[in-house]
Amino acid sequence: MPFLEEYVNVVVVGAGHAGCEAALACARLGLETVVFTVSVDSIALMPCNPNIGGSSKGHLVRELDALGGEMGKVIDKTFIQSKMLNVSKGPAVHSLRAQADKAEYSRAMRKVLENTDHLQIVQAEVTDILAEKGKVAGVRTYSGAVYHAKAVVLCTGTYLRARCIYGNVSNYTGPNGLQAANHLTDSLKRIGIEMYRFKTGTPARVDRRSVDFSKMEEQFGDETVVPFSFTTDPETVQIKQASCWLTYTNEKTHEIIRSNLDRSPLFSGDIEGTGPRYCPSIEDKVVKFADKNRHQVFLEPEGLYTNEMYVGGMSSSLPEDVQHEMYHSVPGLENARIVRNAYAIEYDCINPQQLYPTLEFKNLKGLFSGGQFNGSSGYEEAASQGLVAGINAAMEILGKEQIVIDRSQGYIGVLIDDLVTKENHEPYRMMTSRSEYRLLLRQDNADQRLTPLGYQVGLISEERYQKLLKKTELIQKEKKRLEEMMVGASKEVQELLAEYGSTGLKTAASLAEILRRPEMKYEYLALIDPERPGLPQEVTEQVEIDIKYDGYIKRQLKQVEQFKRLEAKKIPKDLNYDEIQSLRIEAVQKLKLCRPISIGQASRISGVSPADISVLLVYLEQKRHQKNMEE
Amino acid sequence: MTKSDTIAAIATSMTNSGIGIIRISGEEAFFIADQIFQPKNPEKKLSEQGTYTIHYGNIMDEEEILDEVIVLLMRGPHSYTAEDTVEIDCHGGVFVMKKILELAIRKGARPAEPGEFTKRAFLNGRIDLSQAEAVIDIIQAKNNYALKSSVRQLKGSVLKKIQRMREKILYEIAFIESALDDPEHISLEDYPQNLQKKVQDLKEEAEDLLINADQGRILKEGIRTVIVGKPNAGKSSLLNTLVGDSRAIVTDIAGTTRDILEEQIQLGGLSLNIVDTAGIRYTEDVVEKIGVDRAKESARNADLILYVVDSSTDLDENDEQIISMLKDQNVIVLLNKIDLPLVTEADMVKKRIQKPIVCISAKEETGIDQFTGILEEMFLSGKISFNDEIYLTSIRHKTAMQEAEKSLERVLESISTGMPEDFFSIDLMDVYESLGNILGESVGEDLINEIFSKFCTGK
Repeated sequence: MPFLEEYVNVVVVGAGHAGCEAALACARLGLETVVFTVSVDSIALMPCNPNIGGSSKGHLVRELDALGGEMGKVIDKTFIQSKMLNVSKGPAVHSLRAQADKAEYSRAMRKVLENTDHLQIVQAEVTDILAEKGKVAGVRTYSGAVYHAKAVVLCTGTYLRARCIYGNVSNYTGPNGLQAANHLTDSLKRIGIEMYRFKTGTPARVDRRSVDFSKMEEQFGDETVVPFSFTTDPETVQIKQASCWLTYTNEKTHEIIRSNLDRSPLFSGDIEGTGPRYCPSIEDKVVKFADKNRHQVFLEPEGLYTNEMYVGGMSSSLPEDVQHEMYHSVPGLENARIVRNAYAIEYDCINPQQLYPTLEFKNLKGLFSGGQFNGSSGYEEAASQGLVAGINAAMEILGKEQIVIDRSQGYIGVLIDDLVTKENHEPYRMMTSRSEYRLLLRQDNADQRLTPLGYQVGLISEERYQKLLKKTELIQKEKKRLEEMMVGASKEVQELLAEYGSTGLKTAASLAEILRRPEMKYEYLALIDPERPGLPQEVTEQVEIDIKYDGYIKRQLKQVEQFKRLEAKKIPKDLNYDEIQSLRIEAVQKLKLCRPISIGQASRISGVSPADISVLLVYLEQKRHQKNMEE
Repeated sequence: MTKSDTIAAIATSMTNSGIGIIRISGEEAFFIADQIFQPKNPEKKLSEQGTYTIHYGNIMDEEEILDEVIVLLMRGPHSYTAEDTVEIDCHGGVFVMKKILELAIRKGARPAEPGEFTKRAFLNGRIDLSQAEAVIDIIQAKNNYALKSSVRQLKGSVLKKIQRMREKILYEIAFIESALDDPEHISLEDYPQNLQKKVQDLKEEAEDLLINADQGRILKEGIRTVIVGKPNAGKSSLLNTLVGDSRAIVTDIAGTTRDILEEQIQLGGLSLNIVDTAGIRYTEDVVEKIGVDRAKESARNADLILYVVDSSTDLDENDEQIISMLKDQNVIVLLNKIDLPLVTEADMVKKRIQKPIVCISAKEETGIDQFTGILEEMFLSGKISFNDEIYLTSIRHKTAMQEAEKSLERVLESISTGMPEDFFSIDLMDVYESLGNILGESVGEDLINEIFSKFCTGK
């Protein structure tokens, strides 16, 4: 039977947050790219929370932007409220979060995709991965069309064999009733890919007109908004912002939930997928934290042109009638009209240990994947992986070295390393506590960390790169100047110190030393620093942080040095672990499963001990000697 | 793990062999040696001397002379490890060797991992390929041993204490991290004051443990000793007598439970670790197979066996059983109850078992001095020794505990200077890790699990 046949460079399966970044990266690097979606109207859909960023997720968006990704730019254009979280804490944990106008976000991203050269959007369901001689060769769609490609990036999100559930109602659809992709799983299993089944959920949406806001606390955005993208002019984001609202559940809510637990598909065992611990449904919270007599509930607008509001904190898979009763027990929601019910969703994803840290499959060259398909959760986590998978698909085709972002370079590195190295049994969410070098991986210095890499792969323009070099130079210069500029215990200095509650100087000190005092700030020192050059805020901010937290930063830099040494010790891809006699059986099994690329990665696998690592090192050295002798 | 940091360890076995060697290897070996070694000729700076030279002088801890030593200098790659290496030959005995090693560690070395010198030698190409398998085996065996002994040698009460400290710390970190992760749900208001108190307590606990470590109360250091004998031979009264005598010296850590399974006592200049009295009590049923098995097992693992014979009764088949399993062991026979009419004499026992015999009365506390004399003689002649790995373990533990204490100090400093809360958890994590090193436990997913199980976060 005749069928449509096309030849392209890259196929991206799925146009969610991962798929969009992957497709844009490939197309921008000049490769002919097709992105498939089950519905063009659902490009860059936000099927759950109406916000981008948040603690540690904000870091991801910053890093994505520094590498040349799109998410930060789009949210800067479509946000309706923005907050820098944790401003009272250290700079490492400041994190941006913006409420999005969901429909606007989708539209804006779609517009970018539609207007990118070399990028083609196709509405179709991909059902088969085609492989030839151990390499990916393309995909086949439901209609039988074949797209030959040199690389394929899988970003299927929550759509694979998706099932939405509340109470005893279950629909075999993706989020929002969108068509599920029911065939691809089998094709993946045929090429030897191990699949997991995960679960997540979303709360109800209510009609704004039916909410009594007088019983809730209003939550405002920041007075001065900081943009996500390093390329966005801060002036353009100072807009009139929408509000969110805070209310609480109460004993009555919890009683309703408790007395209906037997009707929850989670407790009855109808849901088989593994759900995330960090994003528990309200019934989970009530059961697990029985001593808490209330839980916070955030009402967040879904956009400016809709009355729908997201009921944050109350995701659920309880039956419809229980949901109504439960939501109505919350102050302010007594008469709330529910537009969409809360539901849980189950979907197929992979065991990401089958991937290299480049996000390429170990068992099929040219096949990459990113996003929830890899067992993560969250728009930002998805987009980050999508970008890396896309870049590496492009590098593969262009015959260049693939990139690996390591744990000392960014949260993106931590995210990917955790996914591909550690055993993961629930949708993975980014957290600042997962990063061991977080003082170095700040959202404010993402450009210094990653823009050079973005430039190297070709996603960052010469102009942007030069701007970064200039900025870095100014920072270094000013730091040096402050370290060298000495002030004595003059009246002027002592008065200034006293004004900010700081003890007076006994001997001369450098401005940097004074700045290191917790109570002092760069701007305070202006009066006793007549030679201060006029520098942009983005520069002085870096100077201040670098000097102020110098001690901690140096310690982490030292740890990074150690870390890098182990990362640099590479393990050959074809190493036969069975051959290494002194390795413990458990270690052999874990190592065979993960096939780490470096000693560093191996040392992070749970169940591999330091002694195993020593044995591995000695073995590798022995092999190397043998090889040298043969040559 | 990395070759550039500098490691140190006691390279000789820790018996009474006249001379002990402390080996320091790595980039900073000479630098460290310069700081602790004062050559006879003060003009001679050690690090400026040539390779394969020998120097005479003192090991100094600031103003205090620790020992008179000979130092051997080897410049990499011409040393066992192919790195700069310093070997300090000292003769002050076990105690001084420990002190010197600790000093080297204080000046920047770290305690060597089991088999690490050999590993470095291999990785630096100093050991022939054909020996690689052997190297791997050494590393694996030493690690297995150290891993087992590291925790096993820790006293039960100390182990529990460290575990509790770790639990508390993890909870605090998880709380801070949950608040950072979800600032709108969890507030850190007033938290620093709260934490200050807790950290202060933890620091005191760490200090206590360090003091105790110095006094040898952390580890089951000493000669593993098992008392055997037939029922009513007077084992318990012997133990009571020995413990009573040394009670003034051996106290356990305040506020913790005394170890049930063992008593540590000092006799002469030696520590005895009298193990597994429960098991010994079981041996009173010598006729039962299980009892014999237990006794045999204890005896096999012991450095020294005290065989108590009841001189007021005849040697019987129970004694025969015991004697049969003592052949290849270090044994002192204690002919007990000499205050009662004598039935079994020393000569009669001598015919059956060729081991030193002492006549004692546990009840009257006579003969103990003679027993102590024999014990010391056996030790000095090298007949009984004890596990030397324990000293390395003890130094590793101590270093880790010192690091934990330093990190706790940093938390207190951060709190008092008003640093943001996220810095507390960085230092607390270091404490958690250091304490974990003592227990042989890594961090893994502990924190994430604690966050999810203790704090309700998320949308």
